[in-house]
Amino acid sequence: MTDIAATAPAHGAEHSHAHAHDHDHDTPGFFVRWFMSTNHKDIGTLYLIFAIIAGIVGGAISGMMRLELAEPGIQYLTGWAQWLDPAATEVQGKHMWNVLITAHGLIMVFFMVMPAMIGGFGNWFVPLMIGAPDMAFPRMNNVSFWLTAVAFVMLVGSSFVPGGSGHGAGTGWTVYAPLSTSGSAGPAVDMAIFSLHLAGAASILGAINFITTIFNMRAPGMTLHKMPLFVWSVLVTAFLLLLALPVLAAAITMLLTDRNFGTTFYDATGGGDPVLYQHLFWFFGHPEVYIMILPGFGIVSQIISTFSKKPVFGYLGMAYAMVAIGVVGFIVWAHHMFTVGMSVNLKMYFTAATMVIAVPTGIKIFSWIATMWGGSLSFKTPMVWALGFIFMFTVGGVTGVVLANGGVDTNLHDTYYVVAHFHYVLSLGAVFSLFAGFYYWFPKMSGRMYNEFLGQLHFWVFFIGVNVMFFPQHFLGQQGMPRRYPDYAEAYAYWHHISSLGYVIMAVGMLFFFVNVIYSLFAGKQAADNPWGEGATTLEWTLSSPPPFHQFNELPRIA
Amino acid sequence: MKTMSANAKTASLAALVAVAMVGLGFAAVPLYNLFCRVTGFGGTTQRYDPVAAAETPKILSDTISVRFDANVSPKLPWKFYPEHPTDTVSIGARDMAIFIAENQSPHEVVGTASFNVTPDAAGKYFTKIQCFCFTQQTLRPGEQIRMPVLFFVDPKIKDDPDARDIQEITLSYTFHPVDGGKKAS
Repeated sequence: MTDIAATAPAHGAEHSHAHAHDHDHDTPGFFVRWFMSTNHKDIGTLYLIFAIIAGIVGGAISGMMRLELAEPGIQYLTGWAQWLDPAATEVQGKHMWNVLITAHGLIMVFFMVMPAMIGGFGNWFVPLMIGAPDMAFPRMNNVSFWLTAVAFVMLVGSSFVPGGSGHGAGTGWTVYAPLSTSGSAGPAVDMAIFSLHLAGAASILGAINFITTIFNMRAPGMTLHKMPLFVWSVLVTAFLLLLALPVLAAAITMLLTDRNFGTTFYDATGGGDPVLYQHLFWFFGHPEVYIMILPGFGIVSQIISTFSKKPVFGYLGMAYAMVAIGVVGFIVWAHHMFTVGMSVNLKMYFTAATMVIAVPTGIKIFSWIATMWGGSLSFKTPMVWALGFIFMFTVGGVTGVVLANGGVDTNLHDTYYVVAHFHYVLSLGAVFSLFAGFYYWFPKMSGRMYNEFLGQLHFWVFFIGVNVMFFPQHFLGQQGMPRRYPDYAEAYAYWHHISSLGYVIMAVGMLFFFVNVIYSLFAGKQAADNPWGEGATTLEWTLSSPPPFHQFNELPRIA
Repeated sequence: MKTMSANAKTASLAALVAVAMVGLGFAAVPLYNLFCRVTGFGGTTQRYDPVAAAETPKILSDTISVRFDANVSPKLPWKFYPEHPTDTVSIGARDMAIFIAENQSPHEVVGTASFNVTPDAAGKYFTKIQCFCFTQQTLRPGEQIRMPVLFFVDPKIKDDPDARDIQEITLSYTFHPVDGGKKAS
């Protein structure tokens, strides 16, 4: 990051948002600034760096999986298992597969998408967009970040201790009982569960911080109905975190006591029920997928509006569509478990309720299109990523409506069709919105412009790569290829091979990203305060690029 | 400091919501249990409540076939089987089935049984008056015991569109070992 020149205007007498720590306007030294940070922009930067590192780890793991899946048979797993345990045989090799899918899922959900969306962009831009000097509880913000970092270390560390039939936690990201209780002896699963506890606590603290900041610290005149849609999206996300994560904490605490203290919450032999765990997990898990995508909706709304030079179409509809998605998201969870033996009536309810979500989601998609309609469009890198997001998310949404049908799902449950569906909405939807936001705000955060050519190249290669990778997985799923298997019948070899080639194309695209970031940080053109012109109307563009260490000592007034 | 106290208020409310949700997560355990009992979800059978069922159920002329299924966890060295694998009862009439368990190991072993009925929709109407479910059974080496189950099929089954066509109900028990003889709900 470039040096940020600290501007230190005198304290205004009317400065009503004073904080205890807010009297020192000098930029602190390196260690204090980055390791004891209480500045929302610095913490946001830390979160983004953390998410990029976690993304590299999680992405490398998916590369290992695509390599193993490139042809039928078990080629590499035993060798990889020997990294962790030199005495490993093929049994440990197959366990290694479970460890890889578990680590990939947990890292991408808890340590890449969530820290980048909420911790990174949320921390950076929520205070700027509402005209606040910082977050409401800057020290709690610091605690959230370091809890997340420790949780990540804990999860990675679990790979090096025994977890049942091999080293590491091989339970899948859902950590279903009884595989995660009586099926996985050894400390690895305990460590993974504790890692989830820490990451969950960090997110709950973060959610409390965002709710307080957004409710109490808006600049004069910034009413709820004037807030930028990104701030709305983070507000709704914070409420989802606050309501969903504690339930996960309760569910996995019961896993821990079942594992270690002889309780039988999820054990039929003592009167428990493993299906109860699935209910609790998905009561958290379904809102969790909206936690990952809603901030992306917010980012895309800002970008589409900026590069169409038009205010977003149907602002209130867009805001309340997100609220509606959040509310309905809490009453559809059992569509993840249609095959546990539900009655027809229950399946009918969860099918219908799930389909209802397509209505507010449709409002958002059509409002983005209507925002572009008749706009003065410019296809800069952030805009093409946002358009890529709309395309990919719509494809994933359509397969989601297919899977919402209880009857159809009986056939497709736990197949690659589901894998393709959730990678289209998350790996492509959420990740495209992350890249869109990264390119959109990179000039603001770093003070330097990214390279437009490399940005466009990154987009096109990545776009082709991920589609080659994930679209064939629909075919595999419809042919019956189950998920979470390292080996498969010859019949699936063709599309698996294509899918693995797609990974290679995607990885080449990522090289352009890293080259672009490094090049731009050191040699990028100086960015103007507002490089996007009249379309960028939110408050962060009124500040310098990069913004001063402390901003809005004079609170902006919103007409 | 006015802002701080407003912030503290919002934050405490939010924290309270989080704590309440943790509580709700744990409350799911008894709530789920209650839900299964009330709806017969997943073939949960009903317990005979002499107070609620003051009037003796009407015995219908329709009969229903009840099959008895007995399973043993591979970790439990027992033989476990019903005396008669099947029985035909009038709907509403009380019937008794005998299950026999025999310890085939040279050690004293404690076991406990879990149970349900299929089809799931019949769970709401399969009422047990007396059974050995979830009570621990201790068998000395070679000991054999006979365990009675007293039950009836509630005549209301004929009023339920989802369940009235059921011709046959399977009552299934599975015996599991109890570690240290303490594990029971």
